[in-house]
Amino acid sequence: MDILRISHVTKAFGTKKVLNDLNFSVPEHSVYGFIGQNGAGKTTTMKIVLGLLKRDQGEILVNGENVTFGQNNANQYIGYLPDVPEFYDFMTSLEYLTMCGQITGMLKKEIREKSIELLNLVGLDADHKRIKGFSRGMKQRLGIAQALLNSPKLLICDEPTSALDPMGRKEVLDILSSVKEHTTVVFSTHILSDVERICDRIAFLHEGKIALSGTLEEIRNIRKGDRIELEFLTEQDAKKFSELCAGGKKTGRTKLLFSKKTERDMLEMMKCLLQNQISVVRLERLEPTLEDLFLEVIGK
Amino acid sequence: MKQFTAFIQKEFLEQLRSGKAMILGTVCCMFGIMNPATAKLLPWLLEILSEQLSENGMYITEIQVDALTSWTQFFKNMPVLLTVFIVLFSSILTAEYQKGTLINIVTKGMKRWKILIAKLLTMFVFWSAGYLVTFGITYGYNAYFWDNNIVLNLLFAVFGYYLTGLWLISVVLTASCVLRSSSGVILFTGAAFAVSYFLGLLPAFREYVPTFLFRSNDLLTGVIHSDECLAAIGITFFLTILNGFLSVLFFDKKAI
Repeated sequence: MDILRISHVTKAFGTKKVLNDLNFSVPEHSVYGFIGQNGAGKTTTMKIVLGLLKRDQGEILVNGENVTFGQNNANQYIGYLPDVPEFYDFMTSLEYLTMCGQITGMLKKEIREKSIELLNLVGLDADHKRIKGFSRGMKQRLGIAQALLNSPKLLICDEPTSALDPMGRKEVLDILSSVKEHTTVVFSTHILSDVERICDRIAFLHEGKIALSGTLEEIRNIRKGDRIELEFLTEQDAKKFSELCAGGKKTGRTKLLFSKKTERDMLEMMKCLLQNQISVVRLERLEPTLEDLFLEVIGK
Repeated sequence: MKQFTAFIQKEFLEQLRSGKAMILGTVCCMFGIMNPATAKLLPWLLEILSEQLSENGMYITEIQVDALTSWTQFFKNMPVLLTVFIVLFSSILTAEYQKGTLINIVTKGMKRWKILIAKLLTMFVFWSAGYLVTFGITYGYNAYFWDNNIVLNLLFAVFGYYLTGLWLISVVLTASCVLRSSSGVILFTGAAFAVSYFLGLLPAFREYVPTFLFRSNDLLTGVIHSDECLAAIGITFFLTILNGFLSVLFFDKKAI
């Protein structure tokens, strides 16, 4: 079953169309990476799902319930972690979680137990320290705790690691990985290594549409093995080969990269090397990285 | 109800921990003491100044100081107290927009109208408490030094001013649902006051605007009677409720 289904959603700010017939769905119990450049419309999509922004057209269902702007009943299934979560600085983390628990309608005993459990999970103390003194990383971790407080079916994280240092990023990703058994996570980012680390499925958002989507494996298979890299002993050998076999891109002093090559092209290259007595250090079929795919999608 | 209780607890905690409650309390106590103190010290002040005034051809005869002098001072100080209050609470919603703190609250399923009612109730409670403190202190000192009974329509005048305060608070809330900066909210509230004031200068509207209730000193001396204020009280009450409804309508579709 799909926990989130977005159908034909459009959104424009003035004359600028940010989302243009956006369609995608997120299956339950997955970590879904939502990738796009800055300004691609990731945050807009998430705010529309949360009922914080009005869509111009289209339908959004969360756990089968229609999303509406303003009073959004579908929010009962959602936990939300903004990119820079903001809290009431004058409260302690436990006071803040208690207030959130009361708002979501949890029982008093349940709020206390769950709050302490979550603060332990995210590595924060349930002490009297006010949020005012928290670092950005601590706020992000408190953000995860508040988002998970009511055991949401869908956890939406808007670039949760973009403002963090490497240590903070690792901590947040570890926490998100640990919760995926119980919660579906939709995770927007432009940091591709984070996606490769924790996501099961991904979607590339480009020009207001999903340009590419699927599991990591499916997406990699689209371009699997179509790039061949050769490393030569000398620069002269590399130059000579590039004259014999056109289309190679110089990626180093002695390296050439060929794109969109088939198995037969590879055999032809080997034949050419033998016939011309050119020695190579390495001839390798390259696996595409997410970064390659991302750059290809955005046309760079 | 649980949502509302949780949010209003947060509001009160905020006013206490941010120091706003202390500032308001201090200002209210100060005004409460200043009113009778000014009246009590008036003869002494004028005596000091009498020599200088006589050089200018002005002579001070016997000065009559009583509860009316103190209550007159009370109503002269009230606009300052009201201004301090509006400035203190002008950011009650705009600060939340600017920081983005309401996003977590709304996405947790909190009804927007409950947020507004909690904010409105907080302002009402703090205005009522502050006003009561100022009134109580002034009343107590006046009763000790003089006789409060010589003043006409005292409770009516005090209530009228209190009600106008509630109306201006509701204007602050409506402005906060439309605008995003506290300076905008202060200007909007000032403009609403100015509209009422200038309308009140026209004889046809004189008795039908909230600012008519600011003529407390005329009530105390019997220049105007309490029944002349009934229309203004009704209209002020109606405008306060109307502002509440408008705020809910605007806030429901506000991008936070």
